[in-house]
Amino acid sequence: MDHLDQLEAESIFILREAYKKFGKLGMLWSIGKDSTVLLWLANKAFLGYCPFPLIHVDTTYKIPEMIEFRDRMAKELKLDLIVHKNEEALAAGMGPQRGRLECCKALKTDGLQQVVTKYEFEGLILGIRRDEEGSRSKERVFSERNQNSEWDYTNQAPELWDQFKTDFPKGNHIRVHPLLQWNELDIWSYIARENIPVVDLYFSKNGKRYRSLGCAPCTGQINSNASTVEEIIEELKHTTISERAGRAQDQEDAYAMQKLRKEGYM
Amino acid sequence: MENERETLNIVAVGHVDHGKSTVIGRLLYDTHSIPEGAIDRVKRISKEKGKPFEYAYLLDAFEEEQKQGITIDTTEIQFRTPKRDYVIIDAPGHKEFLKNMISGAAHAEAALLIIDANEGIQEQSKRHGYILSLLGIKKVYVLVNKMDLVGYSEKKFLEIEYEMNRFLNNLNVYPLKYIPISAFYGDNMIEKSENMPWYDGKPILEAIDDFEKGKGLENKALRFPIQDVYKFDARRIIAGRIESGQLKVGDQILISPSNHVTQVKSIEAWVEKDRVDIVKAGMSVGITVEDEFFNKRGEFISHVENAPLVSNFFEANLFWMGKQSLVENKKYKLKLATQEVECEIFAINKVIDATTLATNDEAVVVKTNDVAEVIIKTKESIAFDEFKNNQHTGRFVLVDGYDVCGGGIVSGLVKAIATVNKFVKENLEVNVQCFDEYYMLLPGQDIQKFTRHPRVYTIGEPLPVAGDTYSYPTSFNLIDLENQHVVKVRNSKFENLLSLEDYSYEPVVHLNTLGLTIKLQSADDYQRFINEYKGLSNPKRKDEFFAKQWLNFSKYRSIGFKQASKLNAEYEI
Repeated sequence: MDHLDQLEAESIFILREAYKKFGKLGMLWSIGKDSTVLLWLANKAFLGYCPFPLIHVDTTYKIPEMIEFRDRMAKELKLDLIVHKNEEALAAGMGPQRGRLECCKALKTDGLQQVVTKYEFEGLILGIRRDEEGSRSKERVFSERNQNSEWDYTNQAPELWDQFKTDFPKGNHIRVHPLLQWNELDIWSYIARENIPVVDLYFSKNGKRYRSLGCAPCTGQINSNASTVEEIIEELKHTTISERAGRAQDQEDAYAMQKLRKEGYM
Repeated sequence: MENERETLNIVAVGHVDHGKSTVIGRLLYDTHSIPEGAIDRVKRISKEKGKPFEYAYLLDAFEEEQKQGITIDTTEIQFRTPKRDYVIIDAPGHKEFLKNMISGAAHAEAALLIIDANEGIQEQSKRHGYILSLLGIKKVYVLVNKMDLVGYSEKKFLEIEYEMNRFLNNLNVYPLKYIPISAFYGDNMIEKSENMPWYDGKPILEAIDDFEKGKGLENKALRFPIQDVYKFDARRIIAGRIESGQLKVGDQILISPSNHVTQVKSIEAWVEKDRVDIVKAGMSVGITVEDEFFNKRGEFISHVENAPLVSNFFEANLFWMGKQSLVENKKYKLKLATQEVECEIFAINKVIDATTLATNDEAVVVKTNDVAEVIIKTKESIAFDEFKNNQHTGRFVLVDGYDVCGGGIVSGLVKAIATVNKFVKENLEVNVQCFDEYYMLLPGQDIQKFTRHPRVYTIGEPLPVAGDTYSYPTSFNLIDLENQHVVKVRNSKFENLLSLEDYSYEPVVHLNTLGLTIKLQSADDYQRFINEYKGLSNPKRKDEFFAKQWLNFSKYRSIGFKQASKLNAEYEI
């Protein structure tokens, strides 16, 4: 087994554990490369039958191509897709002009919390990776959140030998992280190997491309001429810039991600 | 090919403040494994705090960690040498966070045990050494850090090497290398240090390439624990991960513990390119079989000629991370591979102080951060292997309440087990509880009875006539009313065992099987006692009036105290 085979096998094992253990399970699909890889892995784990719904927390600020891609994929793969917006916050005029962290909290964290409460999810599958940033590097594969989706990161439960946390009080939920051990290069290498469709925004146009996708007002492009998956892989092997450098909310504060994620951010 | 590079997971362990995060941070920094953004962030934070560049902050990402200068939770970061890729796992050294250290170390195949040259070997240096041995991590380098603080002294280095070897060798851990370093000044990190010309080995960055990655899981006996069974379409698919060995279409397989035999019909896949006829250790697969028995999660698929052990009783070594102590006679959930079963600790054989290796055979509880040898009894039989034969199927965790609180390895089956103290003569036998201890458990104040060192006594054997909470005369007769037997004890030895109808009163102390005194002064008393017992409407139902009249608990017995758990974990900042 090569490196990607090992990552794939471990992720499938995790997805199958989650499906076995949680009656109400959903998978977040942000339409980005990581959660699209996750969707692919779920199809492999369940032999073409993804047995749980996908959830898109729509802030309404997403780059329009992302929404087009979402709707096209959902139709082609006949996905059971839940699209949720925090209508209340949007009606009250929430947006990045109110403060980036406030906006992330309201439209993403609170939006997600509303979905969890509405559908009574016990397990949520997310495509986060350790190499993205510091607080994610400290995550568990099965990571508990309380009723308010808060993460008690200074007192995480032990996790060893793939025996994950599957016992928790009613009302809490578990964030399941099958891609935790993957890095950015692994993701692109796997996309290349499996020929997985991804949204065009990742590919260079006029010397610029998106390396990480988010909401239009808070996501910047990088200078790049990589216009194919192979060129992106080559570019990543030599870059010294971090993946989320173009994500404005990360830069708001030295501990911005930790603070957002403590409150239930992805 | 990029993807054919191998990956090795290495954990850094050791006492708090001995420099684990600094060693790793420095390695990552010097090998340019950290993106600019992360370095800028640490520069900014270090500057805000008026400190020089803190390598440890590259790993200690939490604000709380940076403020207190300690690692709270484990971090995994990747880096590469020309030879291969590494996942470096930074584990906390603080006793309070041992559970996080274990979560990190359990992912590793090799370890760097870091010791501060100036402070020398400390409590967690040893405890972490012990945990490594329990986790089966045998590939260990000891890094003697902060050599600058001891004037780069070879003598000091050799002293630590000698002392640490003495400790670790007792645990069957034999460090492959000792490397003197100063992580902060970069001595022997990526290049050989000029400050220590007496050291003729390699710097860390080169030395880690010498760790040999373990191979051969796929050459061991097949172990395929069933994870789930799917019926999404006409196929009935058994899903799971092959933990060891290989499996082919057409193989005859045994399913344990249900003991069914069948054949592999097909190996399934979603996309055509993944279709194969043979699957190996590490793969997550889905198969169909010829005979569709009721298979359930947890069962092991193996080849018929190489089956796992199946039992509901086994001996294990375990470490305990729970806030509540591990106790006998309490229900826990045991998880081994994909099996989940209710279990109890049948006996705590000994508790080991992981820092001194002192053993305590009398312990009745296992406290937080202790290690112990125990006998576990599961509610139903399960399949497993001895850890020395198969790490993946010979290890388990215990769940107390909502959390994993203990991890253990199976050391073997329990052969013949004495569950009670018993007197035996020819075909007569008497089970007794007179050598049990009664304790009030603190702070809960529940009173419990503990059976210690259960065994079978034969004529002439010396007896424990005095214990922690009882002290009998050296000669007495013990009456078993229920089964109508009498045991005679003389000079603290088991003298005779006879049927009650063959017994006539003797003027010695009389006890019942619990060790309670029977209030008998004469042969007349004895006769009344026997007659009243026979007159009870249902002798098996303990009659309160009868007990009050004839039995005395406290003449030779008392109730002791035991600390059931140590609730406030100790801080040692």
